[in-house]
Amino acid sequence: MANKYKEVLLDPIFNNNPIGLQVLGICSALAVTTRLQTAVVMAIAVTLVTAFSNLAVSLIRNHIPSSIRILVEMTIIASLVIIADQFIKAFAYDISKQLSIFVGLIITNCILMGRAEAFALKNPPLISFLDGIGNGLGYTFVLLFVGFFRELLGTGRLFNIPILPVATEGGWYTINGLMVLSPSAFFLIGLLIWALRAWKPEQVEED
Amino acid sequence: MFEHYLSLFVKSIFMENLALAFFLGMCTYLAVSKKVETALGLGVAVIVVQGITLPVNNLLYTALLKKGAWTWAGYPELDLTFLGLITYIGVIASMVQILEMALDKFVPSLYNALGIFLPLITVNCAILGGSLLMVERDYNFAESVTFGIGSGVGWALAIIALAGVREKMKYSNVPPALRGLGITFITVGLMAMAFMLFSGIQL
Repeated sequence: MANKYKEVLLDPIFNNNPIGLQVLGICSALAVTTRLQTAVVMAIAVTLVTAFSNLAVSLIRNHIPSSIRILVEMTIIASLVIIADQFIKAFAYDISKQLSIFVGLIITNCILMGRAEAFALKNPPLISFLDGIGNGLGYTFVLLFVGFFRELLGTGRLFNIPILPVATEGGWYTINGLMVLSPSAFFLIGLLIWALRAWKPEQVEED
Repeated sequence: MFEHYLSLFVKSIFMENLALAFFLGMCTYLAVSKKVETALGLGVAVIVVQGITLPVNNLLYTALLKKGAWTWAGYPELDLTFLGLITYIGVIASMVQILEMALDKFVPSLYNALGIFLPLITVNCAILGGSLLMVERDYNFAESVTFGIGSGVGWALAIIALAGVREKMKYSNVPPALRGLGITFITVGLMAMAFMLFSGIQL
């Protein structure tokens, strides 16, 4: 039994990554990763919201008529996202300005709907909660990976702390301006998926 | 005056393309872009829904949610903007539902063409993102109509273009691990780079 929990928690990180394999929740993964700081805040918010929405949906799963289940799930998710949004505004106002509309867009992040539909509706609360955390961690992994390279190569900093001495300030590293612009996020995720599938060939898609 | 709206319209199609510059609606963008025909259907559906929901959300925001909207009732300090998210998603979900029923009744041919894509649009973040951007930038009603249609057209353009590229890509020999999602991401990256050329154009 303990094994099953562990599997549900750790499987989404590499074997069944929500972004790499399930193609869920890509919008925000691309948009908030210009800096690691925003990526971390976003990742925590998404992980918690996914876990609690899974828990809530799973708790009432036997009482939801299936014809209105999407509406019920939407309401639960929207309420949780409002809480997350207000929380970030209250305790990290600068970051909430940088994240701009993307906190609100957690609602339409398909990871939440996807997991609620595919997992929480069929499974008991505890394991659904862990599934939410696990998928949140898989999302976090991709966000941190992309954010790390974009901030390091784009500005020579990590968490706003200078790491590489930048050429404009007398160092040797010339910053790569493309990294902070949108195309680089697509390239990095493309390369990440390539690496992940070269490592685990069973994930390769058949045409 | 007219120039202002024209500039906003062109800007929302090219320079601030929702899909390629703001990454909105990516899930459906990647999932439904395998064929030009289906991409076209979804694109049209997005333009219609975006063009309807944005002005409606704009009206709701100014009439009910904005700070000071309840002054006439004696609550000048009431600020309901935190209810925005749940309002917009409710409007979007119900608009999609109404549109689906109306099309089914009055234009069955269009309903059959768009049918399966309409429910997908509720969870398309381009729609919710459009509403949130509209609120963030304080657009008035006329601007919200322009921005709604413009951004819908921009998104449709992007998905049809990607579908065209992917149809051609069937004939090329892609490394096995890169097939499917990986190469699509890299293609979209190149497209985003091409769209960046529009940035900085002043009308």
